[in-house]
Amino acid sequence: MTVTESARAVIIGGGVNGTGIAYHLAKRGYTDVVVLEKGYLGCGASGRNGGGIRQQFSTKENIILAMESTRMFEKLPDELDTEIEFEQGGYLVLAFTDEEVEQFKKNVKLQNDLGLKSSFISAEEAREIVPELNISKVLAGTFNSTDGTIYPFPVIYGYARAARGMGVDIREHTTVTDIVTQGRTIRAVKTDRGTIETDTVVNAAGGWSAGIARMAGVELPNRPYRHEIMVTEPFKRFLEPMVISFQHGIYFSQSRHGNVVGGIGNPHEEQGINQRSSLWFMRTMAKTLTELVPRFSAVNMIRQWAGLYDTTPDAQPILGEVPEVERFFQVNGFSGHGFMVSPVVDKVTAELILGETPSMNIDGLSVTRFKGMDLEMEYSVVG
Amino acid sequence: MTTVVCRCEDITEDDILEAIRDGYREIEVIKRHLRLGMGPCQGKTCIPIIERIVARETGCKTQELDIPTARPPSRQVSFSLLAGDDRD
Repeated sequence: MTVTESARAVIIGGGVNGTGIAYHLAKRGYTDVVVLEKGYLGCGASGRNGGGIRQQFSTKENIILAMESTRMFEKLPDELDTEIEFEQGGYLVLAFTDEEVEQFKKNVKLQNDLGLKSSFISAEEAREIVPELNISKVLAGTFNSTDGTIYPFPVIYGYARAARGMGVDIREHTTVTDIVTQGRTIRAVKTDRGTIETDTVVNAAGGWSAGIARMAGVELPNRPYRHEIMVTEPFKRFLEPMVISFQHGIYFSQSRHGNVVGGIGNPHEEQGINQRSSLWFMRTMAKTLTELVPRFSAVNMIRQWAGLYDTTPDAQPILGEVPEVERFFQVNGFSGHGFMVSPVVDKVTAELILGETPSMNIDGLSVTRFKGMDLEMEYSVVG
Repeated sequence: MTTVVCRCEDITEDDILEAIRDGYREIEVIKRHLRLGMGPCQGKTCIPIIERIVARETGCKTQELDIPTARPPSRQVSFSLLAGDDRD
């Protein structure tokens, strides 16, 4: 049966941003909202990532977004009445090349100027933080103690439960098939289960965002790339911080349950929607991990999986409206660091939808920056 | 009497019934909410049991339910073995 109905806003994507924006809108009394998710809530990158919450970035925009988001994550358990397992064991970032050492010095300077208490440390100091670390090839590092990890699902489910409680309609297993526009105005969103008339659409579809935008005649530069990840059996917790290396494209941390969760990027990964598992990943992860922490040799891997980075040319997100279509809000292109900036992104996006001046200026993250401008590249991307 | 469904993560049938009452009605979502099937056996024991519980509670047939994707390794494997040299 096909039905036609209407809503003030339709949010496409039931991940952390889709549910989070619905939550922020509902809290402000804007509850005539439909969230559409083609699978189950959190089945995309929001539920496939390593749970890292990092503020150590190289661009001002990402540092500010991540710092404010971390403060918001700290309050989220009380706000949503849920346990999100936010462990602030810090992020230890390792440098393996002279270029990384120089870049990390610049990063820490900028981070400190913006109020983040990160520090540039020696290889020996890195080993004091993680005594099991093999520092034979480590040149230096950076550390920030308020970074950490989170369990993503209760955040998504917490937003969804609160939003639904306030009257938001969240529909799973519903696929968007078209966005109907007339001139520069949105008229409706078509799905496999009917049409919803609306003039406001949020594109929070992660790796599928460029495809969603195309339905409204908007071309985004984001492209999806698979990133693989794995988990070990649980064992006694000895690893406090998340450890990452941009040079190796690796990150790993140990959850409060004792499992080590980590991933490594394949520099030859082909663009496309692919969430299958590869043998290359399993072997490369094992080789790199045991080289960095030899003690891991005896540990068993129990599962590997994969998700999509929605990657932009400068590895920074695309937020706000687009020139071609009115009230078509973008919340995508997070390039592998979306969950960690989602609290402030969701709050600001809700403010934009409500027609308010946003509490944080995000003009620099508009899609228009890709038109012939010099891009400020985010270098601190893992994998 | 308490019935343990997931031995790795110590999840009981009552935990699952409570999750279903709280609105977690899909196996994929119950898994992530309770960590059911996330232990060393990766659901080999508990997924068939939870299929029957969810089918019974939601009025579906087990064949209609989505179950978690089977992923490598099929049995747990040590990093030293995975990192070993190619022998071919």
